[in-house]
Amino acid sequence: MTDVAAIPSTVSTTPPRSLMAATWRQFRAHRGGFAGLIVFVAILLIVFIGPLIHSVDPNKIDIRAKNQGPSLLHPFGTDNLGHDMLAQVMAGGRISLAVGITAMLLALFLGTLVGVTSGYFRRLDGPLMRLTDLFLALPLLPLLLVIIMLFRDTLRSYFGPETGIFILIVFVIGVTSWMHTARIVRGDVLAVKRLEFVMAAKSSGMREYRIILKHILPNVMSSIMVSATLGIASAIITESALSFLGLGFPSDFPTWGRLLFDGASFLQITPSRVLWPGLAISLTVLSVNYLGDAVRDALDPRMLKS
Amino acid sequence: MFKFTLRRLFFAVPTLLVISFVIFALLDLAPNNPTGDLPLTIPPEVREQIRAALGLDQPFLIRYLRWLHQFFINEPLNILEQITGWQFGDGHRLRVLSWATRSPVVDLVVQRMPQTLWVVGLSYLFGVLLAIPIGVLSAYKQYSIFDQIGTFISMVGYSVPTFFTGVLLIVVFSSYLHWFPSVYDTNLRVTDWSSLMAQIKQMFLPVMVLTLYNVSHISRFVRASMLDNLHQDYVRTARAKGVKEKTVLLVHVLRNSLIPVVTVIALGVPTIFSGAIITEQVFRVNGLGQLLIVAVQGGDIPMVQTLTFIFAVLIVLFNLIADVLYGILDPRIRYD
Repeated sequence: MTDVAAIPSTVSTTPPRSLMAATWRQFRAHRGGFAGLIVFVAILLIVFIGPLIHSVDPNKIDIRAKNQGPSLLHPFGTDNLGHDMLAQVMAGGRISLAVGITAMLLALFLGTLVGVTSGYFRRLDGPLMRLTDLFLALPLLPLLLVIIMLFRDTLRSYFGPETGIFILIVFVIGVTSWMHTARIVRGDVLAVKRLEFVMAAKSSGMREYRIILKHILPNVMSSIMVSATLGIASAIITESALSFLGLGFPSDFPTWGRLLFDGASFLQITPSRVLWPGLAISLTVLSVNYLGDAVRDALDPRMLKS
Repeated sequence: MFKFTLRRLFFAVPTLLVISFVIFALLDLAPNNPTGDLPLTIPPEVREQIRAALGLDQPFLIRYLRWLHQFFINEPLNILEQITGWQFGDGHRLRVLSWATRSPVVDLVVQRMPQTLWVVGLSYLFGVLLAIPIGVLSAYKQYSIFDQIGTFISMVGYSVPTFFTGVLLIVVFSSYLHWFPSVYDTNLRVTDWSSLMAQIKQMFLPVMVLTLYNVSHISRFVRASMLDNLHQDYVRTARAKGVKEKTVLLVHVLRNSLIPVVTVIALGVPTIFSGAIITEQVFRVNGLGQLLIVAVQGGDIPMVQTLTFIFAVLIVLFNLIADVLYGILDPRIRYD
């Protein structure tokens, strides 16, 4: 915030003029969102840097040390095969977050593509929006289960057990969650398209794709950002739900949902096996949801105090 | 309004047809062989007979049309016969058969329906009944302690997945406290007071998990919608002419705020059914969701096809209901 003061302004008491600074200020004012950002970054750090400090192999089987409670050696205890739970939760988090972020990016790309084309080109609007409605009417969870059941083995044999299932789950989640982004982006594009600078760009002979990239996309970025944050949350939940139903990643390639699913059978002996992955999912989703709320408020021009 | 409803109904038919085709094609195109799990010792000609018995020897389009005929004509006629006792034709119609049990899919669905409806329906009812007062109070006393706590809890309830809350409640209430059973017993018949108590006890945890989720989902909408309305001019007018605060809040504002909420409630019904798939798995309730999971794992294609399509029908139907309700409740919305 201090570098903003360096910008020369006519009245020294006016708040920062630059849009980024104003947005950041607005974001900071949202306490929940700021806390969410800190928690999310902390989870990312623990999951990606943590294994360097707690350097136990998550797949090392030590059957003599099975079903242990928390100790200095195993801070989260061990499971029924003697896997170190902390290492497993960190490894699971890497996959869960990777799935969430990649699936969100795919959904965002598809949603923006459909939204911009149907908002910008009037001829494509009708068919594309009917397609969106159709996708919205599909029962997603049952279909996800069906697709995964049917295509799991083929993809596994093509890409290997880990990459195959990763591609399948990311693809399936991405393809079934772009619709809300598409609708929001289409609405925004319809509004932006009528503005004068687009007309000016058109009359100066700018190519259509350049108009879309240079003028339309930056102006609908705010709603894309909001869908991005909320998309991570829903992708993580969907992935863990699939793993929880036993149709996601295999056990030797754990995600948070899979750890929860495996731990649920040992509730009586080691309840903490359920607690940690569940807590990790919940905290991540909660922080991302708060983040999304704050981003929405910060980018909403009506909320911007001058 | 009537014309609009009719138009939407006409539009729903092709949508459903396309969806049923998509589901059927997806199941058919999948590189998965229903006879793949059978032992390799079965000779090829027997294998062909098995495929023929399952109806798999026919071309794709024929099988799709047969499924359509069975689902849309034969099954409704059967249900009509059972209800009214009338006889249509000779009564021997091909029905959609499950590959796993060889019994009609619709009969299995009818068997499983009550459990799902009880758990899901009750939790949705409780969810709506709790969410409206919470949302109204939170919006009326915005930024008060009640609002802060309420918003936080609803954010938590909205973010924490039901499979985690379910397992957590089992740990606390079943493992440690032994207050409620963790597994739903479907064979329980409610005949006297003690069996009624047992039924309530076993329903408590699943209903509570889903209720928590529904309350947090709906109360967010109620609060937002109330806040939109509370700052409108008509509220100031009502207060200025001396209408009592209670009347302003409960008659003027609430009635207007509930219009979008009603559509949210209607739109939420199908998603609740798919949410119940997970909760049923956690508490071992043998409802529709559990039927679907078992069918998916066992590769029982007709069952999966029919169940998925029933879910799709629910979504389309409740979308239609939400649209029509919105038009009826809000006179500003006119479709024609």
